[in-house]
Amino acid sequence: MEQAVATTMTVNGAQVTRSIPARQHLVDFLREELGLTGSHLGCEHGVCGACTIRVNGEIVRGCLMLAVQANGCRVDTIEGLSDSKELEKLQKAFHEKNALQCGFCTPGMLMAAQDLLRKKTKPGREEIRAHISGNYCRCTGYQAIVDAIEEVIHG
Amino acid sequence: MKAPSFAYAKPRSLAEAFDLLERPGAKVLAGGQSLIPSLNLRLSSPELLVDITGLSGLNNIELGNGAVRIGALCTHSEVEKSEPVRKHLPLVAEAVAHIAHPAIRNRGTLGGSLALADPAAELPACALALDAVLIIAGKKGERRVSAGEFFKALFETDLKPAELLVGVEFPQADKSVFLELTRRLGDYAIVGLAGVTRSAQKRICFFGIGGMPVLLRPKSLEEAKSSLPTPSADLYHSASTKLHLAKVLLERAWNKL
Repeated sequence: MEQAVATTMTVNGAQVTRSIPARQHLVDFLREELGLTGSHLGCEHGVCGACTIRVNGEIVRGCLMLAVQANGCRVDTIEGLSDSKELEKLQKAFHEKNALQCGFCTPGMLMAAQDLLRKKTKPGREEIRAHISGNYCRCTGYQAIVDAIEEVIHG
Repeated sequence: MKAPSFAYAKPRSLAEAFDLLERPGAKVLAGGQSLIPSLNLRLSSPELLVDITGLSGLNNIELGNGAVRIGALCTHSEVEKSEPVRKHLPLVAEAVAHIAHPAIRNRGTLGGSLALADPAAELPACALALDAVLIIAGKKGERRVSAGEFFKALFETDLKPAELLVGVEFPQADKSVFLELTRRLGDYAIVGLAGVTRSAQKRICFFGIGGMPVLLRPKSLEEAKSSLPTPSADLYHSASTKLHLAKVLLERAWNKL
């Protein structure tokens, strides 16, 4: 039985209300309904981390949350955090350290990395690796990504 | 892939939830970190998802009578950060840090993990090792079931249709140790061990070795080793590799208990 549910959420600071099919996950909603294509869909079953977004201030897998479950929530995507300049230092470091090649994992990687920077003052390389362990990169081998995150931590 | 079509309801009270769960094809949705992948992979096709995350009173963590009671809707992250859990239930605090990755721990719930009863999951093994009591609510009221009675078989529990797991009481232990071997951080266990000592009795629960977690109450290390069942092989590890690794974990754990 198809069912659409009236849902209101705040996406990157703007309130949106839509009637959303129950089966649509949050990233499909963001990409297809709102045109926010920065959050990527890799595996769609919670393994790759390319769809990492923030819901009520905490990172989640956007493909493992129904859009209707975001009713009343604050949702922040890579677009919002880029515009607000919250990710500025990380983005610069990723660029300088060559921490991306194809760029598919980068939005999710930045969301996960920024989450670590907000929670820990001086995480070491092991902690960085642990925190991005749920984000797969198939190009870089992670070394450059960890270097970039470390660069931001140690200035 | 995309999930099949289903209807969605978010009850505001337990009574409303029980009514909804009596409908044909109804399934409980909590954190959704196992259910939504199974929907996206089309391994599951419920007609109605009953989202219980709007129910109040199911996400408290309370200490009392030598036990910590954790509400079923507490996320793994909330359990991981909880002071009473870290202080009085170090086994559970250590175990939740092994569950998947931070973004998944922010949504996945304690109740969801136990109600799913994945044989390679951390929390069912902790519940068995600690001899936890699961609190189940239904239309007729609440009932209490010990972890040993709750887990019935592979992905099967004592939960009846239209019942909800609402909380778990974990009795404290004198000592505990949690060990898990994985190929990559956050993966399901190749082999894992949740062990406790209470009143000089050791309770050691293995997970990832078969269709259910296996609880041993050994008197000696040798007895423990010889009473380990032959594990089932998985895609990457033979039964003999898993048995060897289980014995390695047992040796590492033994002197800490």
